[in-house]
Amino acid sequence: MSDKQQSIIGAGVPRIDGPDKLSGRANYAADNLPPNLAYGYGVFSTIASGKVSQLSVDEARKMPGVVDIFHHSHFPTLYHTPSSFAQGNKVEETRLPFEDERVYYEGQFVALVIADTFENARAAARRVKVTYSTDQAVANLDQGVEANGTQAGSGNHDRGDAASAFDSAAATIDVTYRTPVETHNPMEMHASTAWWDDEHLTIFDASQGVVVARNALSKIFAMPPERITVHAPYIGSGFGSKLWTWPHAIATAAVSRELGRPVQLVVPRQQMFTTTGHRPETRQRLRLATDGNGKLVSLRHEAINTTSYTDQYVETCGSVTKSLYRCPNLTVSHETTQVNRGTPTSMRAPGAAPGLFALESAIDEMADAAGVDPVQFRLDNYAERDESQDLDFSSNHIVEATNRAAEKFGWADRNPEIGSMRKGREIVGYGMAACNWEALKRPCDARVSIRADGTAFASCATQDIGTGTYTIVAQAVSDVTGIPIDRITVKLGDSSYPDGPVSGGSWATATTLPAIAGAARKALDEIKRYATGSNGVFAGASGDDLEVADGGLRSADGKLVSFADILEAGRYGSADGEAHTEAADSKYSYRSFGAHFVEVRWDPGISHLRVARVVSAIDVGRVINETTARNQVEGAVVMGIGMGLFEATEYDQRNARPVNNDYAEYVVPVHADQPEIDVILLDHPDLAFNEYGARGIGEIGVTGLAAAIANAVHHATGKRIRELPITLDKLMDDVPQARSA
Amino acid sequence: MRHFEYARADSAQQAVAAHGSDREISFLAGGTTLLDLVKLDVMQPDKIVDINGVALDEIERLDDGRLRIGAMVTNTALARDKRVVDDYAVLSQALLAGASTQLRNKATTGGNVMQRVRCPYFRDGVSDCNKREPGSGCAAIGGVNRTVHAVLGTSDACIATHPSDMCVAMAAIGATVEVQGPEGAREIDFADFHLLPGKTPAREHALEPGELITHVVLDAPLEGSRSAYLKLRDRQSYQFALASSAVIVRMDGDTIADARVAMGGVGTKPWRAPEVEAALKGRAASEQLFADAAKLAFENAIAYAHNGYKIPLGQQAIVRNLSDLTAA
Repeated sequence: MSDKQQSIIGAGVPRIDGPDKLSGRANYAADNLPPNLAYGYGVFSTIASGKVSQLSVDEARKMPGVVDIFHHSHFPTLYHTPSSFAQGNKVEETRLPFEDERVYYEGQFVALVIADTFENARAAARRVKVTYSTDQAVANLDQGVEANGTQAGSGNHDRGDAASAFDSAAATIDVTYRTPVETHNPMEMHASTAWWDDEHLTIFDASQGVVVARNALSKIFAMPPERITVHAPYIGSGFGSKLWTWPHAIATAAVSRELGRPVQLVVPRQQMFTTTGHRPETRQRLRLATDGNGKLVSLRHEAINTTSYTDQYVETCGSVTKSLYRCPNLTVSHETTQVNRGTPTSMRAPGAAPGLFALESAIDEMADAAGVDPVQFRLDNYAERDESQDLDFSSNHIVEATNRAAEKFGWADRNPEIGSMRKGREIVGYGMAACNWEALKRPCDARVSIRADGTAFASCATQDIGTGTYTIVAQAVSDVTGIPIDRITVKLGDSSYPDGPVSGGSWATATTLPAIAGAARKALDEIKRYATGSNGVFAGASGDDLEVADGGLRSADGKLVSFADILEAGRYGSADGEAHTEAADSKYSYRSFGAHFVEVRWDPGISHLRVARVVSAIDVGRVINETTARNQVEGAVVMGIGMGLFEATEYDQRNARPVNNDYAEYVVPVHADQPEIDVILLDHPDLAFNEYGARGIGEIGVTGLAAAIANAVHHATGKRIRELPITLDKLMDDVPQARSA
Repeated sequence: MRHFEYARADSAQQAVAAHGSDREISFLAGGTTLLDLVKLDVMQPDKIVDINGVALDEIERLDDGRLRIGAMVTNTALARDKRVVDDYAVLSQALLAGASTQLRNKATTGGNVMQRVRCPYFRDGVSDCNKREPGSGCAAIGGVNRTVHAVLGTSDACIATHPSDMCVAMAAIGATVEVQGPEGAREIDFADFHLLPGKTPAREHALEPGELITHVVLDAPLEGSRSAYLKLRDRQSYQFALASSAVIVRMDGDTIADARVAMGGVGTKPWRAPEVEAALKGRAASEQLFADAAKLAFENAIAYAHNGYKIPLGQQAIVRNLSDLTAA
């Protein structure tokens, strides 16, 4: 590799899929309109617990354009998937659509109207009359614990004796934090378009994992995976809500087969709050203790999250707590409680996002109790190795991240006295928090071809969910082959390509790139074989003597022949390579690190809180694409602002009905809420992890951000808000109580 | 969406004539409320009379100094009109604080006056709601009521806020609503146009069946006054007011010679606060005066489970607005 070729890794290469997206050529799941397409619209439960006692379709059946109306007593037989992550056939809601008359949550599909147009389907869906026998719903975490108790979760950890160490410590805190349900709300609606040809199912689905979706559908339809193709060439983001197949996609495929025509189903925004997952509500108790030197001696992080009646989803809030700080006595436990909500699922940085709100708020509270500056307290207590696994970190630059961000932010200017810093009418608050995410790498296959026209083609059944995967794959191919980006075609999001990973867990980069590079090297080996063969342009030479240069091969004596000419000489259409790469080993603890520094402004005269400035230093190994990497952190910071200040899916505690399930009332940050965001990418390659030294960057930015805001709010106002979101009413004094009814 | 009959009208007379007496009919202007609610199946008109062809899109200065705004003037056009910017800054600011550019380009003056409430229990089509299903009850009382529920003008039947920003400015300015109906034209004082929910929250305004708003006529601007709209909310844009104030003041040195104050986000209708105005008039401007006056607006306020904070927040909206407007 020449220096020039190496420089493409890390460069801010513009997204290669950008023009298609900007011009509307990128086709998303609901953009596919095959001939004779029928449209579905759901009838959704209006109770959260009970049974459908009567379902009358007579009036709806007579509406214009109606093809059929499916429900629990009129639906094709389907089969259960084992829903195994290891087997790659996971779904989150394991109950099959229309499996029985039971209702477990408001907004559950109870019928599905199919008509000739979307409008006719919707109009008829309104005419389906459903009566219920209603049970008292369990509406929130506290009600769940009261009614159902808790069930043991996974990801627990215990070392030393946290209770004894706590009891004999110099300083302690015992505090409880709460986070609400958050809903992913990707811009692209959940949607599926499915059709069958000769017993082959083709489905365009808004999916972050086409291979797992195919495998799950194979189980559900009891047919070989070879007869199913799942397409997701473009996804209007997912944030985790599109990781696994949801009931609407299964139902779309099922009724398409039943009706013998293509069917499309788009989940309305209101039901994207109910039937396509959410980040569950959590309650987290943190007990921390330090010795006389401000060193942590005991740490307990005990979390409960809500889950559905049909499935157990564990929000592993303590996943980071196990290893971020040095502490000999530590307990992490996760429990769940059943409530009448749909099944939760991973949302960007699952576990860590709510978990680090609690942990990194508690660390500040502990620092306060120990009388130490919060930055110094962290520097004094960061772990040097992963004590939970008894392993060294492969690469950990959290101290550098903290120090660099602190310096850029101007932490030294912070007057620690509460409310002491002012600008005009506003009180300034400075806060910070560590951020952390595990680095994962999954098995992966990939294929790369160098073609007769000198272009390259790469394919892998992973997805680009808006993060830039198309582009970094092209960068890796270009890096290995020297072929320029604009002569490389990348195809993703098709389950018939070589098996690639689900786009989640921040593992797509570390997983996909080594396989792509391996396949590209194999394609080069192949082209060298052609070149050195008896009729080849370098006949008789050794492949080892040929180097890749300027879109071709160059011999030791300086003779340069393009790939196109080599292939032409041998009359080969292409030189192909395939590669398989394995999951990460367990020699080290692989994690990413960082620190957020946040300035908030609180204007007490109008009770207005805003985030004014964010500086984030992020240690994710080598950065593959400076532009898309920065974009991932900036986007995550914005999402963290939403988590910190605005986002909460609210449920009526009387009946478990979601109340603000639309995009006007569920408040996320708008542009005007987004401050100056300064991202420092440390860019230290983690070569123990993979050949590129990259650890992935999608999730870490959202972790810790809400805590940094909460810590800054405390600095500004003296109020320690332990329940997200930090809305203005929580910061106001003397709020009148409701009159009694 | 249900199927409905669709008609186009080219004049107010035609639009009114297209209205039958025994059917649910809606006039369609910008459609930013109506079409949403029809899609949600919350409004179920049998017939829609499209008035986009009705030539009511002029703004004219009347001889008596008032400003006559056609019902079809868009929010964008009204906010950018030089006469509005110069003489009624509070109205321009209120318009621009509402919705988004795209919505303001569609939304009309008459339509904004007729805007329906944002109460989620009204919009879900399922919960008990006396506006949607008279007699069924009010799920918002005892439910989630932090953002779009009122502390002023509520009743046991309904606590939804009127969501408009524009109307709050108009309430402060003072205006007359001109309507055309089967019985001919008439005028309604803006203060009387929106009705308190009382026992009949389904009846939201003073229009008789078939009547169409043709114009809103703003009172002549208060000579020598300054005005501003201050909207407080969770995020900085694209959210209905948690509390807002429209304030117009005329100063005589340090003394408040005249003041008009109205509030949004806290009342079940655009909320004029005459008691605040009376307390301000003739008094020397001071933070204490503003605070004391603002308090008067909420003497009869009722806090519900999650919106008690609106009582102090509404006062802050008034105080800060007055403070900025009276600053030298």
